[in-house]
Amino acid sequence: MDLITFGVQLLNAIQYGMVLFLVASGLTLVFGILGVINLAHGAFYMLGAYLAYWIAAATGNFLIAVVAGVAIAFVVGLLLENVFIRRLYGRDHLAQVLLSFGLILVIDEVREMLFGKDVHAVTPPAWLSGSIQLTTNLSYPVYRLAICVFCLAVAGLIFLVITRTKIGMIVRAGAENREMTRVLGINYDSVNRYVFATGIALAALGGIVIAPISTVFPGMGDSMLILSFVVVVLGGIGSVAGAAIGALLIGLTDTFGKVFFPSVSGILIYLLMALVLLWRPNGILGRREI
Amino acid sequence: MSEFRRLPPISRRALLSGAAGVATLAVASPFRAPAIAQHAPLRVGLMLPYTGTFAKLGKFIDDGFRLRIEQNGGKLGGREVEFVQVDDESKPAAATDNMNRLVGRDKVDVVVGTVHSGVAMAMVKVARDTNTLLIIPNAGANDATGPACAPNIFRTSFSNWQTTYPMGKVMAAAGIKNVVTITWKYTAGAEMIGAFAESFTANGGKIVEDLTLPFPEVEFQALITRIAQLKPDAVFSFFAGGGAVKFVKDYAEAGLNKTIPLYGAGFLTDGTLEAQGAAADGIKTTLHYADNLLNPANVAFLKAFKAKTGNDGDIYAVQGFDAAALLNIGLTAVKGDTHARDRMVAAMAAAKIDSPRGPLSFNKAHNPIQNIYLREVKNGRNEMLSIAQADVDDPARGCKMT
Repeated sequence: MDLITFGVQLLNAIQYGMVLFLVASGLTLVFGILGVINLAHGAFYMLGAYLAYWIAAATGNFLIAVVAGVAIAFVVGLLLENVFIRRLYGRDHLAQVLLSFGLILVIDEVREMLFGKDVHAVTPPAWLSGSIQLTTNLSYPVYRLAICVFCLAVAGLIFLVITRTKIGMIVRAGAENREMTRVLGINYDSVNRYVFATGIALAALGGIVIAPISTVFPGMGDSMLILSFVVVVLGGIGSVAGAAIGALLIGLTDTFGKVFFPSVSGILIYLLMALVLLWRPNGILGRREI
Repeated sequence: MSEFRRLPPISRRALLSGAAGVATLAVASPFRAPAIAQHAPLRVGLMLPYTGTFAKLGKFIDDGFRLRIEQNGGKLGGREVEFVQVDDESKPAAATDNMNRLVGRDKVDVVVGTVHSGVAMAMVKVARDTNTLLIIPNAGANDATGPACAPNIFRTSFSNWQTTYPMGKVMAAAGIKNVVTITWKYTAGAEMIGAFAESFTANGGKIVEDLTLPFPEVEFQALITRIAQLKPDAVFSFFAGGGAVKFVKDYAEAGLNKTIPLYGAGFLTDGTLEAQGAAADGIKTTLHYADNLLNPANVAFLKAFKAKTGNDGDIYAVQGFDAAALLNIGLTAVKGDTHARDRMVAAMAAAKIDSPRGPLSFNKAHNPIQNIYLREVKNGRNEMLSIAQADVDDPARGCKMT
């Protein structure tokens, strides 16, 4: 493999990792801070993609779709937390799995009623729809590069909020010791609500920005859900930085696995996960038992 | 207490056996003569995906099947038709139970299904075990009319082998020497790519690399970069549904469609063109149908289908339509008497149908013999360029009936 091709594959790997991070960051927040296993995370990813398709088609403007889609997902997240999820805190994982699996079925049925089963395409904004010539016969869509930058910005924002703001401090404290935080007089319930809604909004945001390159179709969230869990477990539950590292590792393993070991590429990321867990049973940056 | 003891001893066992005897009489007593049976409605089990990924395909097959019966005055072989619908959800795990229920509990005379090959192979097994007449209106697994073939099993769609084999010769004749193939790593992918490679290499072509990724993954970027690096004369691919849309779009976005022409199995661009948009322009595929076939049967079919359902007919509707046509030929030959199975099967095997897809007959393994068309995506349609190969006959490898 020549250097240029290697560079392009590296770019592919990073870009794929970034996308995985965007989706998995919401899952690790909800899983790590609220202790809730949300199997419906992939369904919200799909919901975001369909919202992008719907709003972009109705308004003709992809940026409106991004803003409105995230807002809708956030509100849906608040409502769900208020009605269902808050009953699950501290319950065993079976109850959480059952409820979130039910949510998958409901969301899928709603999607069926509103959008049917067809595959849909979403057009990226015109100023991002060009491509850059990389080698003699291979060009790279500008939109994919834009996703890299956008994901980096979102990651930076999440870090800032968690490490530099008062809300972030409460979130970290709550994740560390929920009871003590409550005893200190902090209204942890409302923090929970916003953390959950943010998790849902991040899943939907992932679906929205990926919609133009992935196309929108039923079941698109299923494989993303599994990959997100791999990222979260690999990086350490609840650690946003860990999710970033895990996502990049998976991007690299998957991309170069497909090139160098095509016959076993399907199992390589799971092999990676098994090896990492042997080395660090709590994930790369995890402190809590899985 | 002593009074009781003198009562006639009717034990529970006696009571039960008496009841069972009465029940047996009730069931067994109407010894139906075949002549009477012919007037009872024919029970057709439709086992299709009515929900899930393939729901649209299932609905079109169902609509096509019913349309043919309506055109026949609501009858098949002179008998009224009664439907038992089962949603197979494209889940192989539930397939055996669903099929057993149709055959055992619902006592259908014939089963029509299905789309998903995994489900269809489970249905084939039950059909073989119970000697139930089965017509497959889509699933293309080679095995169904290969090692698993049986006199009571027919297919009105295609074998995977059949749809892509003619493309090898077409591409070799176009002067293409080196080809990279790409598909999902699963049976349908292997069978479609395998048949293409078989005829392409036989005609002097070379497969440079056989790229695969796990089903149903859609992250193609690494493999597309690999194709750019290998610089073959052309790419031959098979994907379907959402994966097909994404692959075709990714391929065009990488700019590869300008230098390395993309060819594929027909399903790469069937039912997906609206979402693929301009990215699909110029892709050449082979299939047993095209959007602009002008034979009178197709023109009439498309008009009737539109009038009945409001939708534009497609290959799936045609396959359902032909399943009913085939069944009608068999039942007409025996005047509706399904007990004359041997004569019925012989008539179906010898059927010559003027299908919307063109002339349709069947080989000894009961797989269609049909034209495979070379199509090119133009104006958002799969337009026919030529007949890639006329009367393509699947070799039915492993079938003991040939």
